[in-house]
Amino acid sequence: MSEPLLVIENLHKSFDDLKVIEGVDLTVNQRDVISIIGSSGSGKTTILRCVNLLEEFQDGRILIDGEEIGYTVKNGKRHRLPNTVLAKHRALTGMVFQTFNLFPHLSALKNVTLGLIKVNKTSKDEAVEIARHWLDRVGLLDRQDHYPGQLSGGQQQRVAIARAIAMNPKLMLFDEVTSALDPELVNEVLSVIKDLANEGMTMLIVTHEMRFAYDVSTRVIFMNEGKIGEQGPPDKLFTNPKSNRLAEFIQNSSF
Amino acid sequence: MDLSLFIKELLIARGAIWDGFLMTMAISTLAISLGSVLGLFVGLALVYAWVPVRFLVRIYVDFIRGTPVFVLVLASFYILSGIGIQLNAFQAGVLAITLFCSTHVAEMIRGALGAIHRGQVEAALAIGLTFRQTFVSVLMPQALRQILPTWVNASTEMVKASTLLSVIGVAELLLSTQQIISRNFLSLEFYFLAGFIYFLIDFSIERLGRFCERKLAYN
Repeated sequence: MSEPLLVIENLHKSFDDLKVIEGVDLTVNQRDVISIIGSSGSGKTTILRCVNLLEEFQDGRILIDGEEIGYTVKNGKRHRLPNTVLAKHRALTGMVFQTFNLFPHLSALKNVTLGLIKVNKTSKDEAVEIARHWLDRVGLLDRQDHYPGQLSGGQQQRVAIARAIAMNPKLMLFDEVTSALDPELVNEVLSVIKDLANEGMTMLIVTHEMRFAYDVSTRVIFMNEGKIGEQGPPDKLFTNPKSNRLAEFIQNSSF
Repeated sequence: MDLSLFIKELLIARGAIWDGFLMTMAISTLAISLGSVLGLFVGLALVYAWVPVRFLVRIYVDFIRGTPVFVLVLASFYILSGIGIQLNAFQAGVLAITLFCSTHVAEMIRGALGAIHRGQVEAALAIGLTFRQTFVSVLMPQALRQILPTWVNASTEMVKASTLLSVIGVAELLLSTQQIISRNFLSLEFYFLAGFIYFLIDFSIERLGRFCERKLAYN
């Protein structure tokens, strides 16, 4: 077995007095597709945001390919790394947000090429080629010159996926990517993610779509009050929950 | 109104009006461009600077913005020379309007940056851009588009404010017009003409602004 791609050790995160994550350990191997489910406020999204270093966390370590990201320990004290290093660490993962967050002043194509050119230092021609490849993969090559404001929610989210994955991250993070979409647009986004999963992309997915989590995941994690309440392969977790809390959650979800 | 008399006087005064117009354009262009560049940095300081610096900049902005332009013009001409900074009337006037313009632009920048959704920065950081790159490629282009209409409006105000330089003896359009009128007493005609020229300048700025807005629109 090769080295795990992502290791989260004893993660603790609080916002002032509010403890959001209280000791999460998680190991993600290559090609794992891990869905994180749980009720609002259980800390699902915060885990992704810590992995992407958008949040500072008070304790614990996150390692990608064996290298700790975000923090270093000097003279026994824990320090946040400088912004330029954080930027490099962030580029190891690709993040897709609930609210798409496309850059409204850039066309779909330029949304994708921006990071390629500025971060990966890809030449402009090559960046356009890569961007067109991924826009094609998400079915939006014909929309490459459209601005986000001219695209539907589902299309915007697919561009956002292309933007993240074009950077060639080791790990993709999906944060409730269909929650802001009209019901009829959900499937076009989920099917893009399913395709990527089938091709072996490693993913951490926070979702409320239980059927999707069941179908796509190699492992499902149920977060409860800042801790991992239960985890396991989807067929076991969904059909045979051990805790009452999970049983209740599944019963109340549209699974 | 005697039209032939007016035309005759207009021909005599055309050089003075033209010079006045050029002076108004020079004051406005200098004050708006210098004021905008300065205002950009002041605005950035209001948002990103170290807190003590931000506090000082805030005082600057509130003080200048809260002072009538007329007072600023008089102050920069009379007070600065009193403390040993020798500026001619033109320089002093341009300085006053530049400072005034900068505080308005600064507030626009601050407002526009504050209005950009937090998710924009997060998305940019998430793909690995540094904050500097995020600022240049994501925040500033959006902020500048957003301030364009108010910036155009402020620019027209600066053109109007340039008339105040007449009191410190800068022969811009208004003072030139007054000098012409003091010779031929055709006050109605020549004030109307001056007003019409100011209108044309501001109208052109406004049209140019609209044109840019259309060109830069992305929705």
